[in-house]
Amino acid sequence: MRRYSVFAIAREALRHHQGWGRAWRAPEPKSRYDVIIVGAGGHGLATAYYLGKNHGIRNVAILEKGWLGGGNTGRNTTIIRSNYLQDPSAALYEKARSLYESLSQELNYNIMFSPRGVMMLAQTEHEVRGYRRTARANALQGVETEFIGPQRVKELCPIMNVSGPRYPVLGALWQPRGGTARHDAVAWGYARACSDMGMDIVQKCEVTGIRTERGRVAGVETTQGAIDCDKLAIAVAGHSGRLADMAGFRLPIESVALQALVSEPIKPCMDVVVMANTVHGYMSQSDKGEMVIGGGTDGFNNYTQRGSFHHIEETVRALIETFPMISRLRMLRQWGGIVDVTGDRSPIITTTPVQNLFMNAGWGTGGFKAIPGSGWAMAELMAKGEPGPLAAAFGLDRFAEGRFIDESVAAGVAH
Amino acid sequence: MLMLECPCCGVKGEETEFTPGGEAHLKRHGPGAPDDDFEGYLFRRKNPAGVHFERWRHANGCGKWFHVARCTVTLEVFGTYPAQTTSPPADILRRIRKKRPDWEGWR
Ligand SMILES: Cc1cc2nc3c(=O)[nH]c(=O)nc-3n(C[C@H](O)[C@H](O)[C@H](O)COP(=O)(O)OP(=O)(O)OC[C@H]3O[C@@H](n4cnc5c(N)ncnc54)[C@H](O)[C@@H]3O)c2cc1C
Ligand SMILES: [Zn+2]
Repeated sequence: MRRYSVFAIAREALRHHQGWGRAWRAPEPKSRYDVIIVGAGGHGLATAYYLGKNHGIRNVAILEKGWLGGGNTGRNTTIIRSNYLQDPSAALYEKARSLYESLSQELNYNIMFSPRGVMMLAQTEHEVRGYRRTARANALQGVETEFIGPQRVKELCPIMNVSGPRYPVLGALWQPRGGTARHDAVAWGYARACSDMGMDIVQKCEVTGIRTERGRVAGVETTQGAIDCDKLAIAVAGHSGRLADMAGFRLPIESVALQALVSEPIKPCMDVVVMANTVHGYMSQSDKGEMVIGGGTDGFNNYTQRGSFHHIEETVRALIETFPMISRLRMLRQWGGIVDVTGDRSPIITTTPVQNLFMNAGWGTGGFKAIPGSGWAMAELMAKGEPGPLAAAFGLDRFAEGRFIDESVAAGVAH
Repeated sequence: MLMLECPCCGVKGEETEFTPGGEAHLKRHGPGAPDDDFEGYLFRRKNPAGVHFERWRHANGCGKWFHVARCTVTLEVFGTYPAQTTSPPADILRRIRKKRPDWEGWR
């Protein structure tokens, strides 16, 4: 792999950028791998990367039905935070956030991590109490957060109207080390590093069946033929139910659409991420100047990757009170992704009823921020056959046991 | 845009007039049921990519609950029918089979 550096830029500038080469190979699939990972989104790619890096497992294929990073990893609003209430979530998301801090150096690929700070507004008394509690839980968990008052909110984000009338800002949970990153670059950076370790990323290769022998995984059927494997990982977000169905079990997951939209680019006016969970809306400004806006999920099961118009209308309507200036902005693009939502709004990193088949799913509306930590935990689970400390609480068994990691009451929305 | 016809009052409207209520025809398992059945009833939804049966409420209309047969991949609606039944009626099943010949059936 050719390293990217300031010297490489200078060298290439002198020869008309003819020498960059491909960032990753485009191989034909082999007939057998030690590990196959279904889904080349952030979670699948990060799993492959840490399998190679932390556990020396490199005979790995990542199979992708579309193009790499074309699922939710390339559709999200890129918020990164770890201010979760429950201990297992805080540990996992904080691991991910801290890995993000040095990921550009680690991958030799600029993922544009921008720890600009994330604030979650408290706009009801209930939220004030909830976020004060979360701030104390975070202090015990070693996650740096703070409950701040409306004056501080206004200082950090001057374009905000904090005085209502319908939903005045009563304070906020502020995580100064949260922020955003370039979503495509996260997928591309991991892909380049995986390819460099000799792993095969096969695009336009849809998995259509899972072969098992005596309760143990044996391989997959794909649109490019059958491929054998010793271990199989599924990391397909909204399509998790389909893949589980191929393997003969059901998941506590429902697939629904989640939408986002961006405005025309404007001058820099907001250098923090703001989430308003009571009204289901959140906003940040991209480096290009677009206001990036998202809201809550649509209400019904959906695999179409488009959402209903009235949901984005509700989101924008709600945000206009808090950000009056956006009322005169034109919106440029709107899109949707199919997210995999669990009953407790927490992910599933787990062994399954099929031996050597592992699932990474249920990230729902908030899995971008978790990509490095999730890959780390999933790789450990696959290499050892049992979960390490990060993944232990996130098994499929928690639903039968009633041992939820309930983040739905903690945050309301979970981006 | 999803258009539904309420079988209770006969009004046809777009989706903002209705609220979705999740998978229909669930078999209830209560106290005393095996853990696996209870977990299934509480959490393991079918979540199919394709034909799906759901509960909807005519929230901004007559207020009644009813059932919808719908495709989750195309958003095509095969039909709506009253809430007072534990399985989809034969004419709806026939209509679905005609449009989706290789559909595996509703249970
Ligand atoms: C609008 C929107 C906004 C969001 N905002 C945020 C946010 O601000 N912060 C945050 O942390 N999270 C956010 N999320 C959630 C986040 O995007 C996801 O949780 C995360 O990207 C999931 O990554 P993944 O790798 O699991 O899935 P994906 O990136 O969806 O990758 C799964 C891949 O599997 C492939 N696949 C599916 N079926 C098959 C098959 N049969 N064979 C082969 N390949 C298959 C798909 O094509 C896809 O590329 C948002 C999501 C959306 C939709
Ligand atoms: Zn009606």
